[in-house]
Amino acid sequence: MIGFLARRLAGALVILAVISVVTFCLFYAAPRDPARAFCSKVCQPETLELIRRNLGMDEPLAVQYWHWLAGIVAGRDLPGFGGCPAPCLGYSFATQEPVFGAIVDRFPVTLSLTVGAAAATLGFGVLLGMVAAWQAGRPLDRIASASSVVGASLQIYFVGPLLAFALVDTFGVLPRPAYVPFTGDPVGWFTHLLLPWAVLSIVFTANYTRMTRAQMVEQLAEDYVRTARAKGMPERVVFFRFAWRGAMIPIVTIFGVDLATLLGGAIITEQTFALHGVGELAIRAVQNSDLPMLLGVTLVGAGAIVALSVVVDVLYAVIDPRVRLG
Amino acid sequence: MTTVPPPPRGPDPFLSVRDLSVRFSTEDGVVRAVDGLSFDVEKGTTLAIVGESGSGKSVTGLALLGLHDPASATLDGRIRLEGRDLLPAPRGTLERLRGDRIAMVFQDSLTALSPFHPVGRQIGEVYRRHRGASRREARERAVEMLDRVGIPGARSRVDDYPHEFSGGMRQRVMIAMALVCDPGLLVADEPTTALDVTVQAQILDLLSDLQRDSGTAIILITHDLGVVAAAAHEVLVMYAGRAAEHGTVGEVLGEPRHPYTWGLLSSTPRLSTPLDLPLSPVRGTPPSLLDPPSGCPFHPRCDYTGLAGPERCRNSRPALSPGGGAGTSATGGRHADACHLAPELKAGLRPRPPAHDRPVDGPLDRPLDRPLDRIEDTA
Repeated sequence: MIGFLARRLAGALVILAVISVVTFCLFYAAPRDPARAFCSKVCQPETLELIRRNLGMDEPLAVQYWHWLAGIVAGRDLPGFGGCPAPCLGYSFATQEPVFGAIVDRFPVTLSLTVGAAAATLGFGVLLGMVAAWQAGRPLDRIASASSVVGASLQIYFVGPLLAFALVDTFGVLPRPAYVPFTGDPVGWFTHLLLPWAVLSIVFTANYTRMTRAQMVEQLAEDYVRTARAKGMPERVVFFRFAWRGAMIPIVTIFGVDLATLLGGAIITEQTFALHGVGELAIRAVQNSDLPMLLGVTLVGAGAIVALSVVVDVLYAVIDPRVRLG
Repeated sequence: MTTVPPPPRGPDPFLSVRDLSVRFSTEDGVVRAVDGLSFDVEKGTTLAIVGESGSGKSVTGLALLGLHDPASATLDGRIRLEGRDLLPAPRGTLERLRGDRIAMVFQDSLTALSPFHPVGRQIGEVYRRHRGASRREARERAVEMLDRVGIPGARSRVDDYPHEFSGGMRQRVMIAMALVCDPGLLVADEPTTALDVTVQAQILDLLSDLQRDSGTAIILITHDLGVVAAAAHEVLVMYAGRAAEHGTVGEVLGEPRHPYTWGLLSSTPRLSTPLDLPLSPVRGTPPSLLDPPSGCPFHPRCDYTGLAGPERCRNSRPALSPGGGAGTSATGGRHADACHLAPELKAGLRPRPPAHDRPVDGPLDRPLDRPLDRIEDTA
């Protein structure tokens, strides 16, 4: 287990290094010159040069990258900004705020949104799928299957405003979505995020309902399930103790892949409900050609996905004893 | 392996199956997987059900436990265990009987055991379910059962998962699980098919030891006549969902009457004949049960229709005679078969007359160290 985690950590570092290099290169391959954005309309070449130097863009790419990388480990001194202690991701071109600090401020919003929606997606998706499989061929199954098709066809930017209009503006059953720090007010945190969670998970839940139902139907025809019946286990036990375990394996696999998509969905949801999360930072960074911010956000996103996929792998071993981590 | 003397027959057989039929509705039509099957099994005896793939052996076994999905299978006839009718019994009653009074051992122990639970728990939960035992009692019982089926170091292996056992050991686990509540009837569906020959012999020995200790009635589903000769008291040869021949193991293997049984016997290798002598398999392929042949279901593959009258074989379905199958028993020995050939003809045509006249009744009293030779004493 420790060996497994160590190897995964090493792998994660490599992945993050590759992602940062690619982001770096892509940024410079873009046709926009970020220094121009800071220059007035009538831009003197000398001013542009000065800005370039201040941003550290007068150096060769490799050197720039090296400085950036060293900054994460040891901190660095940025001309015009002053000291930047480790882990230093630089200062935003656009707002001059430290990138690391900005991300740390916003991260809980996105984390809450994603983890909450992921739990809801998995929980409700699997639950509905189980109900559908249990009732296979009967009305409840058809209702669950039909609603999963509807759910899969919905879009966040459509459901979001619609639900907000209904539940917040018209009936007032939910507070307007906002981020309330969990540590200060857990109940407020929960109620204010309820709507974003619902919107984000509705879109993904449908998939899990469909998959769970299909997997359960498949598992119920397996030999070991027949053995459970031959032992006199009641159908309920056969369903929940035996077939369920087998059905969860592919679900967890797909879930690991879907986490990245969910994170993307979280960014759209943040925009829909004006939540100030990492997604908002990312979009602004792209719009402003804000290299340090872009690198920081990308790195944090990738890091989160890598970390979650390790969790999924561990989960996998918990469900299936034939899987050994190592 | 020791001979188990069959107990005297009571008025009511332990298990009696009458006119059992199992039909499956499929998109292509109705499959008559089992069609009018009747047999009895007494306590402490073993009935082997033999036949090719698709002859309805396993379907019969699953029917005894009520394991067919009522949505797709229709069962008719009567299955009576210890005087209790099983077919009309509600699901809850069957669930309580399964694992407790009737147990089943499946062929492939790797897929038939849950890969997600330790073996001790899989065994113990049967005991908990039917005997209301506590977790600790169930665990103790699981250790005891693992020990009884000959798993070395049972206590240290009780928390292992099925994939951590070898094939033979896993099959022992299956047997331990089936016998944990001392069932009256054990249905063993090809319990040794997936195992190598020495392990096969060990498993058959184990079954017969356990039978001797507890008097369990065993239905042994197999296509291996060597297994039949070694382990069964009675044999029911099935073809296309029907009984082709039924009698004691000595009768069916020693004086086989049905051409299909002859075919099965001559397609089995023996060590006493030259090894380069080609085996003669039953020609043709098993019939489709969607559209079984008219008359005698075996007639398209039979070499003797000329002698029995081709018209008759094609048009009229031979009854199991004498006795209609029901009522034969290990002691009563009413050897019956379903064929239009005249009895004298059958005695003459039999490809391999018995080597000697010793009547063989029940399993052979000999170790199974020469597995391929097992049939020799009977055929």
